Amino acid sequence: MLLLFASACRQDMHDQPKVQPLEASRFYEDGRASRPLVAGTIARGHLREDTKFYTGMAGGKEIAEVPFPVTEKVLERGRDRFNIFCTPCHDHLGNGLGMVVRRGFRRPPSFHSDRMRELPVGHFYDVITSGFGAMQDYSAQIEPKDRWAIAAYVRTLQLSQYARLADLPAGIRDLIPAADASKKGGAKKGDSRK
Amino acid sequence: MSQIFHRSTNTFSRITIFGAVFILGFLTWAFGELSRSTYATQAGVDREQPVPFSHAHHVSGIGLDCRYCHTSVEDSSFAGIPPTKTCMNCHSQIWLTSPTLEPVRESYRTDRSIKWTRVYDLPDFAYFNHSIHVSKGVGCATCHGRVDKMPLVYQQSTLQMEWCLDCHRNPEKYVRPRADVFRMDYQPPDDQLALGRRLVKEYSIENRTSCSTCHR
Repeated sequence: MLLLFASACRQDMHDQPKVQPLEASRFYEDGRASRPLVAGTIARGHLREDTKFYTGMAGGKEIAEVPFPVTEKVLERGRDRFNIFCTPCHDHLGNGLGMVVRRGFRRPPSFHSDRMRELPVGHFYDVITSGFGAMQDYSAQIEPKDRWAIAAYVRTLQLSQYARLADLPAGIRDLIPAADASKKGGAKKGDSRK
Repeated sequence: MSQIFHRSTNTFSRITIFGAVFILGFLTWAFGELSRSTYATQAGVDREQPVPFSHAHHVSGIGLDCRYCHTSVEDSSFAGIPPTKTCMNCHSQIWLTSPTLEPVRESYRTDRSIKWTRVYDLPDFAYFNHSIHVSKGVGCATCHGRVDKMPLVYQQSTLQMEWCLDCHRNPEKYVRPRADVFRMDYQPPDDQLALGRRLVKEYSIENRTSCSTCHR
């Protein structure tokens, strides 16, 4: 009797002929149901006219300012995205000692050198967009707006490791032991940007 | 002409009529149990994959966030299966000669997709959307279990409608703060119901139990 029930089961409604994202397809030659955009087409609202915003460059040079106002929200988003996508190699502080590096990936430079501090912020955007050295590009994984947020957060990280004691708010300054008071302060939760 | 059936068969037929209730009851119960069993739902059964990708290693060992690979989970119905390129972000330098990873390198070289075996496959008539669940405080682990402890991923839940409805009827039993959605080791507090009721209000979570919520 159970067999009778079972034999009546058909899966037509479970597996409808419509395609779902990344499903296999026997119709297309490459076996993919999800189709790439036809070359030369642009989805409505996706024309990348704002070259500064989308490339981080102006006149062949990396721009020095994030092309939109950097608010605390942007920095929080940047920290969030940085921790997802960048920490595997760059680690949470940006010192380049992430877990993947400890497992044998080429070590990226630390963000905390004079050279890195002097790079324009557009450079970080460009590296995320196009890759650099051993680092592959992250253009498929991170939206342009988030790339800028990450770039802004990298600046925050740099400042956090290079802040002078005098830069700290009075309440926090008192927490730093006097022995360290000579030059640079300790890590500071960044809320401002150079 | 004498009767076809002897008098004693009356008793027999009475027992049968009486027993039929139990037999039907038993069959209903058996059917329910069978359709909830792991045999029918395939919950808890490891799936073979073309590359034995270990979530346990990548999440617990390396510390990757879910969203490093499942990039669209926050703003799309589909969480996203990473393209081979995402694997190559690291494996262009690590485990370069491992034969286990040859299908990945081959896919990258030839631009042919790796045919992963789908683990969570809802029927096509149920419209599920990841982004709304994630933004209302349903943790990954609530449905997918401790993926960070699964060498090979298996289906944690039955994916049956009663399972969906359990939460859709009583979301306060399961929701967690948004900040903890992607945390694998989150433990619900002892007063989950109190927290849940507060979050349900704060995130304006509604008890969506209308058919057309999921079946459109």
